[in-house]
Amino acid sequence: MSEKERPRPRRRVDELGLRSAFAERSLPFLVAAMAFLGALAVAGMMGAQALARHWEGGGLATLTLEVPSPDLRAGEATRRERVEAVLRASPAVASFRSLEGKDLERLLAPWLGSGRQLDLPLPLVIEVKLAPQADAAPLIAALTALDPTLSVTENARFLRPLVVLARSLEACAALALTVMGGLAMLVVAVATRAVLAARRDSLEIIHGLGASDGYIARRVANRVGLRALSGGFGGVLAAGPVLFALYDLASPFRGLTAGGGGGPAPDWFALLLLPPVAGGIGWTSAFLTVRQWLRRLP
Amino acid sequence: MIRFRGVGFSYGGEGAAPILREVSFTVPEGGFRWLLGPSGAGKSSLLRIIYAAARPTAGAAEVLGVEIGRATRRALVALRRQIGVIFQDFRLLPHLSAFDNVALPLRLIGRPEAEIRADVTEMLRWVGLSSRLGERPPLLSGGEQQRVAIARAVITRPRLIVADEPTGNLDEVQAERIMQLLVELNRLGTGVIVATHHTAFLSRHPAPVLRLEGGRLIDEDGA
Repeated sequence: MSEKERPRPRRRVDELGLRSAFAERSLPFLVAAMAFLGALAVAGMMGAQALARHWEGGGLATLTLEVPSPDLRAGEATRRERVEAVLRASPAVASFRSLEGKDLERLLAPWLGSGRQLDLPLPLVIEVKLAPQADAAPLIAALTALDPTLSVTENARFLRPLVVLARSLEACAALALTVMGGLAMLVVAVATRAVLAARRDSLEIIHGLGASDGYIARRVANRVGLRALSGGFGGVLAAGPVLFALYDLASPFRGLTAGGGGGPAPDWFALLLLPPVAGGIGWTSAFLTVRQWLRRLP
Repeated sequence: MIRFRGVGFSYGGEGAAPILREVSFTVPEGGFRWLLGPSGAGKSSLLRIIYAAARPTAGAAEVLGVEIGRATRRALVALRRQIGVIFQDFRLLPHLSAFDNVALPLRLIGRPEAEIRADVTEMLRWVGLSSRLGERPPLLSGGEQQRVAIARAVITRPRLIVADEPTGNLDEVQAERIMQLLVELNRLGTGVIVATHHTAFLSRHPAPVLRLEGGRLIDEDGA
């Protein structure tokens, strides 16, 4: 067989004429807009989630004690030794440590500046980590009974509202994401219906030639799914610089929540999932829409 | 085989004016029938039931062993693949070439592309269009478009061909050429049903006649 006679590999024939349907061509832009908003919502959700976890894990279950004049003797032991004895004996305490030296210097740096010799009569600061599900009230009562000048700060008191706020923000972002997903399905369904209306004759001819509902629906859904996928990539790419800018703006806040460990970083991998999700939503919505539309034909 | 028993049909469900009433007839496998009747007699509706584009609203219509009224959608898809349909307005896909229009039924049944190329080329040669493979329908004459439609209808070697006024948009010469193609297909064993206004064809190609009037079958000559 000569080169000329040999059947050439063919580009997949567009039987339904979908390539020239306006609604189908405009779909990527609509999906890109939603993917852009979706990326912002995902980033917001991840940020709020990381903050809530950080606060829940590190802050809610801690007490901060300040022991003035820790080396002053009160009977047999110093004030510090008496407080530490109570902490060791309490089942509510998982661990505790005194903040000294560099820890204390870092804690006071915002007020006193760093690299200074601290000659002030500072109280002893003890960070107490509570056991899981422990009730701090008896411990606080025991400590204040032992030494009324002792200052006890229950971190949960001011962190709990912040955790609730972070969780609320996370829920709002998740809700926005869900609404956007539903909206994307609706937009794709409307665009698909417009494509079907524009290509009604072609669809009826192909149906009459023996194309199954599944075949027709897959042809349309594959095309729409690809368009949605490309729109999803476009939206996430467009959101990238905005998210980087927001991440940069939030750097002081990240420092505050760091607890010395760097703070919550956005999960960029989750954003990469958005385009395939957009493609999946597009494919599914188009497939179901076409199947439903075809029910009118016998 | 086609067997209609008291078939009725109407658009819009109960209470709507019936298009077909109590239509009963039988066409054996490989038979040829002319379907005659004035405009509005119900010819197209009767053909639509035969090629599974509509279900009867009364009675029982059996086509190639499939009960149209009760068949599943999957069974109707399989039935449509055994029937070639030719329309007065050709119903070709304007965005596809003549080649791709004819190849479409083969692609739908998953025939390998290499086989499709050979079969379609041969079929278009048979209908006298071997030089117009790449043309799109809008660039073809009415007669050429109808020959593409016939090639598409017979490319899968269907058991039955249904033609609804296939010569309605053609001049005398083209119309006669199309009729000769249909008669030739019938001679090769394919059942053919042709709805037409052109009674002149009956004398040139004699065959039994189904005559409809007001939705009723008033004559089943020679059946």
